[in-house]
Amino acid sequence: MDFAFFLIQLLNGLQYGLLLFLVASGLTLVFGIMGIINLAHGSFYMVGAYLAWSLSSMTGSLTAAILLAIPLTVILGMALERLLFRHLYQRDHLYQVLLTYGLILVFEELRSLIWGDDVHGVAVPALLNASIPLTDNLSYPVYRLAISGVCLLLAAALYFLIQKTRLGMMIRAGASNRDMVQSLGIDIKLIYTLVFAMGIALAAFAGMINAPLSSVFPNMGSQVLIICFVVVVIGGIGSVKGAMAASLMIGLAETFGQVLVPEVAGMIVYVLMAVVLVWRPQGLFGKA
Amino acid sequence: MNSRLTQLLPWVVVGVLALFPLVDSPFYIQLMTKVLIMAIFAMSLDLLVGYTGLVSFGHAAYFGLAGYALALMTPKYEAVSLWWSLPAAIGVCALFALITGLLVLRTRGIYFIMVTLAFAQMLFFVFHDTKLGGGSDGAYIYVKPAMKLGGFELVNLEKADQFYWLALVLMAATYLLLHRVLGSSFGRALVGIKVNEHRMRALGFPVFRYQLASFTLSGSLAGIAGYLAAVQYGFVNPEILSWHQSGAVLMIVILGGMGTLYGSVIGAFAFVILQEVLSNQAWFGIAAKHWQLAMGIFIMLVALYLPQGLAGLARNFRSKPVAEAGDE
Amino acid sequence: MQEKSNYDRRGFLLGSTALAGATAAGTLLPAGPAAAQQGKIKVGFMLPYTGTFAQLGVAITNGFKLAVDERGGKLGGREIEYFTVDDESNPAKAPENVNKLVQRDKVDVVVGTVHSGVAMGMAKVVRESGTLWINPNAGAADVTGPLCAPNIFRTSFSNWQTTYALGKVLKSRGIKTAVFITWKYAAGEEAMGGFKEGFEAEGGKMLKELYLPFPQVEFQALLTEIASIKPDAVACFFAGGGAAKFLKDYQAAGLKGKIPLYGSGFLTDGVLDAVGDAAEGVETTLHYADGLDTKKDKAFRLAYAKTFKLQPDVYAVQGYDAGQLLAAGLDAVKGNVADKPGMIKAMEAAKIDSPRGPWTLSKSHNPVQDMYLRKVVGKENKSMGVAWKALADPARGCKA
Repeated sequence: MDFAFFLIQLLNGLQYGLLLFLVASGLTLVFGIMGIINLAHGSFYMVGAYLAWSLSSMTGSLTAAILLAIPLTVILGMALERLLFRHLYQRDHLYQVLLTYGLILVFEELRSLIWGDDVHGVAVPALLNASIPLTDNLSYPVYRLAISGVCLLLAAALYFLIQKTRLGMMIRAGASNRDMVQSLGIDIKLIYTLVFAMGIALAAFAGMINAPLSSVFPNMGSQVLIICFVVVVIGGIGSVKGAMAASLMIGLAETFGQVLVPEVAGMIVYVLMAVVLVWRPQGLFGKA
Repeated sequence: MNSRLTQLLPWVVVGVLALFPLVDSPFYIQLMTKVLIMAIFAMSLDLLVGYTGLVSFGHAAYFGLAGYALALMTPKYEAVSLWWSLPAAIGVCALFALITGLLVLRTRGIYFIMVTLAFAQMLFFVFHDTKLGGGSDGAYIYVKPAMKLGGFELVNLEKADQFYWLALVLMAATYLLLHRVLGSSFGRALVGIKVNEHRMRALGFPVFRYQLASFTLSGSLAGIAGYLAAVQYGFVNPEILSWHQSGAVLMIVILGGMGTLYGSVIGAFAFVILQEVLSNQAWFGIAAKHWQLAMGIFIMLVALYLPQGLAGLARNFRSKPVAEAGDE
Repeated sequence: MQEKSNYDRRGFLLGSTALAGATAAGTLLPAGPAAAQQGKIKVGFMLPYTGTFAQLGVAITNGFKLAVDERGGKLGGREIEYFTVDDESNPAKAPENVNKLVQRDKVDVVVGTVHSGVAMGMAKVVRESGTLWINPNAGAADVTGPLCAPNIFRTSFSNWQTTYALGKVLKSRGIKTAVFITWKYAAGEEAMGGFKEGFEAEGGKMLKELYLPFPQVEFQALLTEIASIKPDAVACFFAGGGAAKFLKDYQAAGLKGKIPLYGSGFLTDGVLDAVGDAAEGVETTLHYADGLDTKKDKAFRLAYAKTFKLQPDVYAVQGYDAGQLLAAGLDAVKGNVADKPGMIKAMEAAKIDSPRGPWTLSKSHNPVQDMYLRKVVGKENKSMGVAWKALADPARGCKA
């Protein structure tokens, strides 16, 4: 590998890492702050992608589709929190695993009933449909770079929201001591509903803006699910910073793994996770 | 409560189950064999989840590993002896559980769930991506293990009914073993750790060693189930180690009722039969195409409304005060 | 041959116990074996009806039923009764699921499936039970290789077949070096093997085999690798959602105009609506194509579209041919399914008049068929003629 290609692979790794952060960011919130294990995270990613496809073929514009779909997913998230997840906060994680495992099956079948089992494509917005040449035969799609930009913005916004705003303060307090926050007269229930809905919307949003790259197809959610968990666990639960660091690590490990040690590429992420947890059982940025 | 009756009940159940092959339908005998195998698998997980307070989301690793161990030990056209291949498969699982246990037991709660998953995924890719066990196509066990005693064929595993009885005996043995273990001071210590780890540590219990022993035993028993499953169909595939399989067995444990060994047996029965019924196209026609929708809704309902599982339902029905977990 | 006769005996024994069971049941139920002779023929579909491959399962089922309907709903003079099992594309459940058809429903013939791993599980069971099995898709080499048996038939392809003919195509384009990229799983590796063999036989040079963990779709690292290797051509094996993404990424990386892309036909089947112009001009080989312009194909397409309100695809053709192959067997024995040797003989000798063009079976029961060179033009995989006439799978390891 000469140096130019090394740099390009580095870019690939970082870009993939940012993409992972985007997909996992919703899980950081729900999993990290609310302590809910949501196996159906991938399903919301899928719902987002299918919404982007069906709404953009109706409206003819991905931007319009995303603007329409986000409120829909927020409502979906709030409804699910009220109807299902609320009953499980006080219970063992086990029941969350179970409930969301059931949700995966339900969403997959509903998807089949509503949208069918076809593969669909979503067009890249015309404005971003270009490539930047890197070498004589390789170029980089602008849309990928744009997504990276969105990921960075999102990461900054999340960090700001949780660390610097009043809402963020309440969220953090609620995460560490529910009852105390409650007794201070803060409507913790409402905060939980909001955080959960935000997590769902983020997963769906990832599906939406990723749809032009990944295409839209059945079972697409289960492909991203496990890797999202790995991101959150390596990073340390409840840490946006950690999720970012973990995403980039995994992005680089997978990219270089595929090129340098293709025989064991499938295992690399899990080995990485095991090593990190043996070294730091609470994850890179988790509190002990 | 008539304690004599409660003590006898398991034996009555085993006795009734032993008569099942009288139905004389290889298909239904095989189906019930699967129930027994899943019951062993679920009991092994219940030891961790229900009694030790460790939620493993990667238990399929040990189940699958034993299956692959058998596939690799079996020569192509000859039977391997069950007398050494079963202990060997269990041994491989015990060793793997011991090693992974040393690492995963450093973590707690959500992390524990995820690390056990990570190790199972690793093993999945070992078998999926390498030629070791035939890659993604899986491997065959052409000839089922032989159970001979000095030249005399004790059990013919090719016969559905005889294999069923073997599975039944092993299930009963697993139940007895776990019952004994949980009734011992070791078992009481495990439940103590589950309830309050810090207190047990303060009392001077070697918590980590107890948990490791439980984790290793649990993985070994899952190995028995995996070995039997591989024998039953003579086919192993990486999919038997997948997280879906780990999820299914967790589902069985909770459906049956955590912390009650017999609950795992009830859960296995209910789960396997439910899958069978819902996907039955002869009964549901075109709706059977979407049977997983019904399955998903059912799982959600159990999670929401049946936290004590079917065993808990039975207990409430008898209006007996809810027993402490492990207090059988 | 030792182990072979062993299986035959076991199959015979199982068969006779089943028969004994049926006789015993005959005292309770009206349908004894004698009555079954005039009754319906039981066909069991074991196909994916949920999950990623659900669409394929439906197409195969439709195709099969069309073939039966065209014969007035009867084969060999007897009506057909269908049984269905959703295999979920889950190999772990494969033996159990096929047993639902073989042992529970006691079907006369099993039709399935799509996923190769599931097919391997099916092969294990039907080899032991002796049930007639027609495989309308799964291309695993072993099924008509080491596992071949008198009762196992395939009406689709072997993974090897879908890429072997590419070698000749590449040679005719003056291409000397190539890279192959696919998922790291059995189907991918077999397709790679077929390509390598065909390409090297024509004097081509494989520069590298690139594998991606299945079913990952992040291709960027390997596309960069391809750009740095600079081969004359890239060949690949992908299908479904992954294929759509690969085509788009290949174009977005700027490789499309610079290094020509070839592949097994599954790369561009069922995804053309999804990928826009990313597939335009891509050439693939497969046993079916658009614009074949034969009478049989036109009639088939029309009938299929009219009956199911859907456009047929290669999977529908494979299902349709499974129905035709079974018809050939049953017609020969006049619906007497008990005459299995007679049926098998007739099926082996059958010349199937398929929408893809006529084909026959090899000794290992895999189609000997023309492989078409297809080029993506708009939303079609347009036939550019036959790339390889009557291509037969080498059937390595088949001792039948």
